[in-house]
Amino acid sequence: MSAHPASATSVPVAPRAGIRLPGVGAGLGRGTVVLYLSVIVLLPLAALTSQAFEDGFSAFWTQVTSPQAVRSLELTVGASLIVVAINAIFGTIIAWLLVRDEFPGKSAVNAVIDLPFALPTIVASLILIELYGAHSPVGIDIALTRGAVVVALLFVTLPFVVRAVQPLLIEMDREMEEAAASLGAGGLTVFRRIIFPNLLPGLAAGVALAFARALGEYGSVLLFAGGLPDTQVSSVFIRSQIESGNNVGAAAVSVVLLSAALVMLAAITLVQRWASRHERSSGGGLTVMPMSGTDFTAEKDDDENR
Amino acid sequence: MRTASSARSRWSLRTLGLGYLALLLLAPLLLIFYRTFEHGLAPPLEAITSPDGLHALKLSLLMVAIAVPLNTIFGIGCALLLVRHKWKGNAAIDAIINLPFAISPVVIGLSLFLLYGTKGWLGPTLSEVGIEILFSVPGMVLASIFVSLPFVVRETVPILQEIGTEQEQAASTLGANAWQTFWRVTLPAIRWGVAYGVVLTTARVLGEFGAVSIVSGSRSGETETLPLFVQKQFDNFHFAGAYAASVLLALLALTTLLAMNVLKRKEDA
Repeated sequence: MSAHPASATSVPVAPRAGIRLPGVGAGLGRGTVVLYLSVIVLLPLAALTSQAFEDGFSAFWTQVTSPQAVRSLELTVGASLIVVAINAIFGTIIAWLLVRDEFPGKSAVNAVIDLPFALPTIVASLILIELYGAHSPVGIDIALTRGAVVVALLFVTLPFVVRAVQPLLIEMDREMEEAAASLGAGGLTVFRRIIFPNLLPGLAAGVALAFARALGEYGSVLLFAGGLPDTQVSSVFIRSQIESGNNVGAAAVSVVLLSAALVMLAAITLVQRWASRHERSSGGGLTVMPMSGTDFTAEKDDDENR
Repeated sequence: MRTASSARSRWSLRTLGLGYLALLLLAPLLLIFYRTFEHGLAPPLEAITSPDGLHALKLSLLMVAIAVPLNTIFGIGCALLLVRHKWKGNAAIDAIINLPFAISPVVIGLSLFLLYGTKGWLGPTLSEVGIEILFSVPGMVLASIFVSLPFVVRETVPILQEIGTEQEQAASTLGANAWQTFWRVTLPAIRWGVAYGVVLTTARVLGEFGAVSIVSGSRSGETETLPLFVQKQFDNFHFAGAYAASVLLALLALTTLLAMNVLKRKEDA
């Protein structure tokens, strides 16, 4: 990675140094940024919140606690928890294979991990229903069931844990494991006592990101799981409320999802702050976000060492 | 150290991990390519070159042409502000930028729907002066900008932190003004990170479904992007069209992955 120590030492210079925002004063630039964020992000969210409470808090509460709303929220949270647990396990295994194992086609597998990010969610829904729906060539039909919700969410959240754990595995000191093994620790003990604690910060961050994503997922669930009362996640429920003209109900459940998103963002920030105390590499914001600058070059060095 | 049992566990991990990827990612993707072309090239080509298909493609490209440059300029400027100019509001800006990562696309779509709707804060006023946001291109552009907002900022910030300010200082000591320093020193240093962010922004805009579907009204040949076209074709049992558009989007996604890999390597070099 380009963050070699030499460049790191040059970062904390006098605050006035470095480029000013070209051509415009910082004040003007700041004003533009704040205006852009307000118009694009904050104003719409304010309108949403205001609509949710338009008829008072009790109306909001009635909407949120309506049987169908509660059912959708329960399904959303329940499915997200299951999905996050499964992907925590498989994500760690896959990250392990990508860092510590050697097999033909490894770099292709590494690249394909990000596919769920690059592939439009509606296409994810369509390809899953083709394989696991009524016309399944393998005879598995879980379309329009709660199982479909789980599979769709597994698909879209797959990269999070892999990409959060991978860099930690790359950086991890092999000597500790070897020392433990030479002292007679079995594979499982080494994993439990040495590897797992080292991976925990990344795992936690990946799980939190995946959970946040799963809570709000819409497109991939839509065709595959459908909008039956039994398979309706909250985002699909919100859509159905918009279509039936119940704006307050749609906005009320949206505010619940929005609050959950804010809580998750706060949790992710805390986890990353905690992780950065354990890790040499730490960045600002959601750098563990799989799509953002994680680097895998150390992997190659690792291969050469063997 | 390589014992029989460690070889066995290695193989079982491989089977588990790669098997999972095959069942979840690879098999569905391959099947959709097969389904699309099983009756030859003609049906998918016909579907995608139908007037509605072509219009959807054009509209998707229009979204990219508007949203990506705006978010790129915003992203670079915002990253410069966050990294180079200490301000007490920076933490808040940083937090707001992460919001689109975590908020459901449906919630984003509904927010715009309510703000610009007939009873919204801005809808009636804009209507009076003849500007329609909802169920037309401007609303879809706003939704695309919202969902793809964070990428360029998030990719640029860590690189700006890494490169430090020595070279910029040197440039300005030698008499370069702020613009010259930016174009000749800063931008070349951050270009691969910015490019990476642009690739992610483009992919997100091309693929956005939930938010755009709520504000667009999905009228075929008018306010339908490619992902909306996929859903409409599927719902109307025009599977050839749904498959063809899906394969086109999947190919774009694979191109995105390729670009990500290439740029990542450039960035690290």
